[in-house]
Amino acid sequence: MNLHEYQAKELFAQAGIPIPKGKVAQTPDEAFQIAAEYGSTVVVKAQVHTGGRGKAGGVKLAQTPEETKEKATAILGMDIKGYPVEKVLITEAADIASEAYLSVTLDRESKMPVIIASPAGGIEIEEVAKQTPEKVLKLRVNPLTGLLPFHARQVSGFLYADKNIRKQAESIFKKLYNLYFQADLTLAEINPLVVTKKGELVALDAKVSIDDNGLDRHPEFEKYKEFSGTEKIEEEAKKAGLSFVKLDGNIGCIVNGAGLAMATMDLVKFYGGQPANFLDIGGSSNPEKVIAAMKIILADPNVKAICFNIFGGITRGDDVANGIVKAVNTLKPKVPIAIRLVGTNEELAKEILRKVNLNAHSSMTEVVKKAIELSKAA
Amino acid sequence: MGILIDEKTKVIVQGITGRDGSFHARQMKEYGTKIVAGVTPGRGGEKQDGVPVFDSVKEAKEATGANCSVIYVPPAFATDAIYEAADVGLPLVVCITEGLPAVDMLKVYHYLKTTQTRLIGPNCPGLITPGKCKVGIMPAQIHIPGPVGVISRSGTLTYEVVYNLTLSGIGQSTAIGIGGDPVIGTDFVDVLALFENDKQTKTIVLIGEIGGTDEERAAAFIKAEISKPVVAFIAGQTAPPGKRMGHAGAIISGGSGTAAEKIETFRKVGVSVASTPAEIPVLVERALGKSKKVKVSVVAAKSKKRVLVVKLRAAKGNHLKKTPALAARGRRKR
Repeated sequence: MNLHEYQAKELFAQAGIPIPKGKVAQTPDEAFQIAAEYGSTVVVKAQVHTGGRGKAGGVKLAQTPEETKEKATAILGMDIKGYPVEKVLITEAADIASEAYLSVTLDRESKMPVIIASPAGGIEIEEVAKQTPEKVLKLRVNPLTGLLPFHARQVSGFLYADKNIRKQAESIFKKLYNLYFQADLTLAEINPLVVTKKGELVALDAKVSIDDNGLDRHPEFEKYKEFSGTEKIEEEAKKAGLSFVKLDGNIGCIVNGAGLAMATMDLVKFYGGQPANFLDIGGSSNPEKVIAAMKIILADPNVKAICFNIFGGITRGDDVANGIVKAVNTLKPKVPIAIRLVGTNEELAKEILRKVNLNAHSSMTEVVKKAIELSKAA
Repeated sequence: MGILIDEKTKVIVQGITGRDGSFHARQMKEYGTKIVAGVTPGRGGEKQDGVPVFDSVKEAKEATGANCSVIYVPPAFATDAIYEAADVGLPLVVCITEGLPAVDMLKVYHYLKTTQTRLIGPNCPGLITPGKCKVGIMPAQIHIPGPVGVISRSGTLTYEVVYNLTLSGIGQSTAIGIGGDPVIGTDFVDVLALFENDKQTKTIVLIGEIGGTDEERAAAFIKAEISKPVVAFIAGQTAPPGKRMGHAGAIISGGSGTAAEKIETFRKVGVSVASTPAEIPVLVERALGKSKKVKVSVVAAKSKKRVLVVKLRAAKGNHLKKTPALAARGRRKR
């Protein structure tokens, strides 16, 4: 789960990482009031779950409360890469002496948390790594020892010359690293981490992703669930125990298992169709899940045909078949359905479907071709 | 032969009294797996479908001489279950449970390096050496013994591939799902090395997906160390970047980990990459054809095909109890 900048900064503040003064506004008037209260130059920043806000015009400097209101009005109406802006963060503008990049994330290759640091902050780290790899330090930390003082000295020495700044930085590294583990993060990023003209370190921006698998033990993050655009549907799906990602095509796919779901989408494309979504109904058998899945798919007006691809293992075919029958009876879908159902309790499943005149294909290729054919006929 | 598990493997089921644990313990037992004990803290002394239940893995191991454990406990208790199994020195631990926090798995991974335990998973379907032993949740009836080693990051997609192989009369030495999480105990490279040293395995099928660099490392390893032909398939060609596709590990991030990159990397090292799951048996057949030694086992598998199709309907694993002579020969101790 991705956090908004203001939420990430809240976590940083709790962890003792210095952040600039800031407040969230949902209306231009609120933005005006915050700027008036600060009485200084502020930055108005769109709160959306996507990168490249600056380039899209979602981050603007404002000198006065009036100007803040004006900028907030513009930004609050924006749509950045499909994410409508519903909140802006108003923060005090900093007097920047230098900008660095700092993050803690997972290095999948070594299976270790890695600290990534660069003195070239404020721009995309992937770009820096590509153009000037010598400016990027990647320090892997054994999770059993955690971040040790020598690790912190190594990173601070790479970023800064000044002794006092190094000390401040080392304390921030330690806090960010600990936050990564305590809050079950998959990414904790500060870009830029600035040194102000007064010689103080401040996290000017904050990007945090929380591991979905860790959410259960963090009820305190419930309040951070703010979604916009297609995220809303994806979140609803998650609540129903489904994993859903919206795509642009017209063939709705309902599959069990993530790998098979991806392979089904790929096969739709391979045979000249366009998948409307990724949808994994997950491992356990529950007819209700199938109904929830059908509802989500049918809510997409682009969908012209539905393609079920079920390979029973831990999922039992008869449960899915019962779900399909129930869904067809209650939702009365107008779009045609193609079904493939094999594996655990396959015969039982096919019998259930036959009773309501639904036929199940045996091969994935067949069902995908059939779904494409149906979508074209519609 | 086959890798990691065979008819001698003695299995403890951690979480045997739970819904999934009890169901799959029965299924494994029916298949012929030696399920010697179950563990559920607080339920020691009971029996679950005739299998003795113990309070701890230590007691279960001491009483039965088990050398493998399979974990079905809920995610909040799963890392504890892995540590417990490793702590008593079980050489093989298979974690089926999905939803383990990544920061916990980071620690588990590095802790296990200090032990003799190999972990498969978490978030995986487990593994099966057809005709001999199943430790996991896969539908056993779709497998037949034969010359193909299958490694995969996914569950049902593995079934899909195995099913296609079996319908083409091509059997499997061992099929193993390593799991879809970013931090897993055993990766492609580990399993490739095991298949390379397994006499029954003549060709390897590797099923990858978007996210991470495991496939790239596998490709480098294949180039350097693997003499057997490898056929690959990568899922997620149509996946958009930045979105987690079900599996925690299946995400294209920062522009890397795409299917196109992985396919390209495999092709460069001479791995044939299938465009669809249905194409895999065709490529495998071609690869097997290049190896003379394998003919015996292909014939063995083909003669089983008709039997299999009939038995598939019956959905029982009984037909698998008779294994081809080839598979039984030259068994190697772990």
